[in-house]
Amino acid sequence: MRPPEALPTFEGGPPTGGELEPTPPEVPKSARAILWTRRRLSAKRIWRTYRKSRLGMAGLVVLIFFIAVAIFAPLLAPEEGLEATCPCNGVPFSPPSAEFPLGTDNFGRSVLTLTIWGSRISLTVGLLATAISMLIGSLIGIVAGYRGGATESVLMRFTDWFLVIPFLPLAIVLASILGRSLLVIIFVIGVTSWPGTARIVRAQVLSVKTRPYVERSRALGASGWHLNTRHILPNVGPLIFANTILTVAIAILSESTLAFLGLGDPLSISWGTILDFAFSAGAASAGQWWWLVPPGLAIVFVVLGFTMCGFALDEILNPKLRER
Amino acid sequence: MGTRRYVLGKVAQALLTLAFVMVFNFFLFRVIPGDPAALLLRGTTAFNPENVAQIQEELGLNEPLLGQFVTYVENTLTLTFGQSFFLRGQDVAEVISGRIWPTLLLVGTSTIASAAIGLIIGIYGGWKHGGKFDVGSQGFTLFVYAMPEFWFGILVLMAFAGGVGPFPALFPAGGYETPGADLTGWEHVSDVLNHLALPWFVLTVAYLGEYALIMRNSLIDVMNDDFVMTARAKGVREKQILWRHVVPNAMLPTFTLVLLSLGFIFGGAITIEYVFSYPGLGLLTVQAIDSKDFPLLQGLFLLFSAAVIIANLVADITYSYLDPRVRAG
Repeated sequence: MRPPEALPTFEGGPPTGGELEPTPPEVPKSARAILWTRRRLSAKRIWRTYRKSRLGMAGLVVLIFFIAVAIFAPLLAPEEGLEATCPCNGVPFSPPSAEFPLGTDNFGRSVLTLTIWGSRISLTVGLLATAISMLIGSLIGIVAGYRGGATESVLMRFTDWFLVIPFLPLAIVLASILGRSLLVIIFVIGVTSWPGTARIVRAQVLSVKTRPYVERSRALGASGWHLNTRHILPNVGPLIFANTILTVAIAILSESTLAFLGLGDPLSISWGTILDFAFSAGAASAGQWWWLVPPGLAIVFVVLGFTMCGFALDEILNPKLRER
Repeated sequence: MGTRRYVLGKVAQALLTLAFVMVFNFFLFRVIPGDPAALLLRGTTAFNPENVAQIQEELGLNEPLLGQFVTYVENTLTLTFGQSFFLRGQDVAEVISGRIWPTLLLVGTSTIASAAIGLIIGIYGGWKHGGKFDVGSQGFTLFVYAMPEFWFGILVLMAFAGGVGPFPALFPAGGYETPGADLTGWEHVSDVLNHLALPWFVLTVAYLGEYALIMRNSLIDVMNDDFVMTARAKGVREKQILWRHVVPNAMLPTFTLVLLSLGFIFGGAITIEYVFSYPGLGLLTVQAIDSKDFPLLQGLFLLFSAAVIIANLVADITYSYLDPRVRAG
């Protein structure tokens, strides 16, 4: 999904002379300072390439917008608007008007208020679920790739098993067994979406592990902990990051699906639960489009935003794509 | 490695995975916090200790775990899957088998349609990549990917079954056929197709993008291969290069995707069947969730997983025939 104009031109290899910090020779720098300078430069380089990607920048703008809406929700719409009994509510099922720009739901609540507040739950669930998924996926990927041998075969077979179990049915089964709460939803999405990450991370670890500097470090007697935290993780990190962003999109979609099937937390309003309530209340057959369209569009834009950023980053950070 | 060994190895792996899913499935439904019998009766008027005890007895929950596991394995291997909570007196297998056909019809035909259309879009987009058509189809693919399918379904339902403005409702809002109409012959067929139209359209559009994307990317990969340049140098016409040289080679990954997606034929349309109240396995899953019918959910989950595992196996084996290189690897 890469429109050609978005193909970033990545200049591999060490930074050219102009990009290096001018370091006065008389001040000796500690190893740590050099490391951080190098990291800052590489971050700068990535940002410079990223900025050229129209796809990535568009995604970033969309994301910043939605994150701002989620953070400033209390300023944009009063929280009482979420209460079914708030005196500020209007006539139930009324179409968009000056007072309620996106109409009202079955309790007369403003759909705009619901959608604004829904962004908080949807984004939080998406981010936390992704954090769990990344933690499991990276851990399994790194351990499997680094240890090799029997550990690797067992872990990867385990990963393959999880990869075959269809995601949505598993998530549905887990969510219906564990009950309806926000934590359950986060947990369920987290533990069902890690296998892809585990495989990508393992592949990258395998390739990093055999590089000369890692071998040199090992020959010098570095411990496994040192090798992993100092050499392998920093090299696998960027890839994990790009993968994280793409996973958030999937997690948000999954949350909306589970919530729509009635497995969400009925007490917290996410875009998925708004759609669930609307559909269950017969909004589709009654033609109450204002109740159904806004939360859905919000999902579409946020997922688009994360996906576009993820693709642009993947393009820069994924060595396999970079070669092309 | 010989073909025979390769195939046997893959079959063994698939059987092992099936066994894992079976064991996993058993324990999944035993980690329910609280008593399933109490869970089943909660909120009903029948919620009293005697009933709970009776249900515990019926469900075999008083047996030791090992005994329960043996019963479970027996039920699974004989493909009965035990009794449904929700439809008392019916085996899960009976309940499920009654719902298979509508799902096969809906998801099967829409998978084929979306694969065919997606392939064509991918071929044209990839061949002239960077062109207007390509950029347009990429944007479309991205948009469809970001859209929850059930939401798209709701919009379609609202527009075509509810009617928009002056336009009348064109299609029925749901179901498999007109209830109680008792039609026969062609009338019955057209009635079924009429009900199928909307969910079919939604699923076809929802899956299109993936095929188009894979086909496009693999076409672009193949276009850079040496043999394409050779063909050009020989003066083969562009159309010939595309259809005779590039497309057959680029088909491989897409073909695998089509085979893999056949694994999702049973469990792939849960939300869409729910939106259109189409009485297939997906709607059954939602009903099982609502009525906390754990044996039924367990059976459905096993069926969905088994379908994916078998599709994977078929894809692996077919692929090894189409591209002998993987057997050697």
